[in-house]
Amino acid sequence: MIQIIAFYLFAALVIASAVMVIMARNPVHSVLWLILAFFNASGLMVLVGAEFIAMLLLIVYVGAVAVLFLFVVMMLDIDFAELRAGFIANFPLGIAIALILAAELIFGIGAYQAGQLDLGVADGRASPMLEASNTANIGALLYSDYVFLFEAAGIILLVAMVGAIVLTHRKHPGGRRGHQDIGKQNRRNPDEATVMRQPEVGKGVEL
Amino acid sequence: MSYASSLYLTGAEVGLSLFGLVLLLVSAWSGPRSGRLLTVVTVAALVAAAVFSAHLFGRASGGDAVVRAFGDLYRADAFGSFAKVLIYLATAAVLVVTPRFFAQVGGYRGEYPVLMLFNAVGMGMMVSASDLMTLYIGLEMSSLSSYILASFLRQDDRSAEAGLKYFVLGALASGIILYGVSLVYGFTGTTNYEGIRAAFDTNFSTGALFGVVFVLAGLAFKVSAVPFHMWTPDVYEGAPTPVTAFFASAPKVAAMGMLLRMAMDPFAGEVDSWRQIVIFAALASIVVGALGAISQQNLKRLLAYSSINNVGFILIGLAAATPAGVAGALTYLTIYVAMVVGSFTALLMLRDPTGNNLETFADISGLSTRRPALAWSLLAVMFSLAGIPPLFGFWGKFVVFQAAVQADLVALAAIGIAASVIGAFYYLKFIKVMFFDEPMREVEASSPMGHWAVLAICVAIISPLGYLLTIPLGEWTAQAAASFVAAM
Repeated sequence: MIQIIAFYLFAALVIASAVMVIMARNPVHSVLWLILAFFNASGLMVLVGAEFIAMLLLIVYVGAVAVLFLFVVMMLDIDFAELRAGFIANFPLGIAIALILAAELIFGIGAYQAGQLDLGVADGRASPMLEASNTANIGALLYSDYVFLFEAAGIILLVAMVGAIVLTHRKHPGGRRGHQDIGKQNRRNPDEATVMRQPEVGKGVEL
Repeated sequence: MSYASSLYLTGAEVGLSLFGLVLLLVSAWSGPRSGRLLTVVTVAALVAAAVFSAHLFGRASGGDAVVRAFGDLYRADAFGSFAKVLIYLATAAVLVVTPRFFAQVGGYRGEYPVLMLFNAVGMGMMVSASDLMTLYIGLEMSSLSSYILASFLRQDDRSAEAGLKYFVLGALASGIILYGVSLVYGFTGTTNYEGIRAAFDTNFSTGALFGVVFVLAGLAFKVSAVPFHMWTPDVYEGAPTPVTAFFASAPKVAAMGMLLRMAMDPFAGEVDSWRQIVIFAALASIVVGALGAISQQNLKRLLAYSSINNVGFILIGLAAATPAGVAGALTYLTIYVAMVVGSFTALLMLRDPTGNNLETFADISGLSTRRPALAWSLLAVMFSLAGIPPLFGFWGKFVVFQAAVQADLVALAAIGIAASVIGAFYYLKFIKVMFFDEPMREVEASSPMGHWAVLAICVAIISPLGYLLTIPLGEWTAQAAASFVAAM
């Protein structure tokens, strides 16, 4: 009973906050609603017994992706009103695509329910240890059977990082432009920093 | 499965990765000046990895040796080891001719050889993968470092454009492959090649066919087969010339090896489903590659079309779908690598007296009077690419067409031979411009020993001397192709 109540609570909140993501006028509020949606989705994951995915949702999506969104929204000068201007014009197209996707989903699931689709049977290579939790199972597989792929994936991330640095890092030979030089600032004195001029009436100052 | 034997079988990849990590630290601490030294060390490491792969090749072709590592995620069989020897040697050869190019244009850093090393690791994983996950991770490792290498000259607009174009289209192709992989996994319940094959033998549904087609389409992008070739001329032209030389050689071997293994191992029971796709891609690549090259003035663009054209011939070997076809495709690949590395090395040796690289037809006119040795080497490479008999390039085409005829694909072979005549046109144009036109530009009078050494080795392989190799090459490729039969 309590599970059903929790399910409907989480599900309703996910949908409500997802709607708010696209309805909110302020983009920062949108991101905050998105974070709420992620939290409730991870609650749903806990309900179906996938606590590892629930943790991933929180750590990866809330901790990294949503914060990145926030940074982008706050740092970049994006005119969201302009982005939203085409909303009404594109609305029918969006509805059409949504309907097509929904129809495809219904077809697919319907065909599966009617026994028309022969999905593969898991080969049992990664069959879980029954007494252990999800997380323990994934860890046991990831660090034993699949350690080769796990390490290789690590190298891919390293390559991506090296690439980002190689393509953007610049050495500034004469110090960075616009960089504060504190010593120079402290050496300043009023005599060389300011000038007194007595301009004639009706004429400008020549600097 | 024991970890010791798994680590031994994946020794080339593990060793190169660890070595790459150390070199990365060295380059981070010693700054951009270490580039040249790191290149030399990297070449040595790649040659060592090639020797180790050759050792694994001998071991695997002996018979009953254990070739599966990490619970059949990876197979160090004869096919994978043969392809890896080619990949590592091609990468090393390209690295030898790299630093001089960057010495002129600037921007060389220690990260370049390190990225090449990781790229080689990824390519090794691609050809040895016997699981869809290994395949994808290897593919991504190689592709990601390739995107970075393409835009390595970040001050140069064309290089940046090439990198961006390659990245966007490459990411799309990776997505298509991944989508196909997920469909195949969904309909078979396994990502293991053997398991997929067994599942397909019992039940091959339409959904699974979609998966197979998606995977093949994505792989066709990676080998730049028509109709997925649009990125090739732009990326080849924009990327720094040594990087282009690399793209045309080692990653082609890796992607083609991956495609051969996919088609002949997990999808081997479904030959009738994919054969028409491969036949279409082969013919279209030959024709588009030949026709597209005719009007090109830029030599890098021309060689890009030439590589599209050559991929078509290799795909004919795959279309045969027999061990002889696979062996023929591998033979062709071996000769192709020698031809491509040779042609790009010659291109890198073409510089005007101030050291700027020359890359258009106008620049090479009358080259035979200024640099006779270079002109004659280019002549050999071009005749070989055109498949003119005394040179070894002919042998590659011959074995591929022979396999196609034996597999009752006479029409395919006939059209392929007819189209290769069109291709001969622009290779002959090279010769005409170099030998019969008036010299128009001053060219640099001499080139360093490293370039000459690489060019000499490539020319020696494709010269009629190469025919001494036909018997051992035939044996090696047959053994490599036999690793699929053993898996059947």
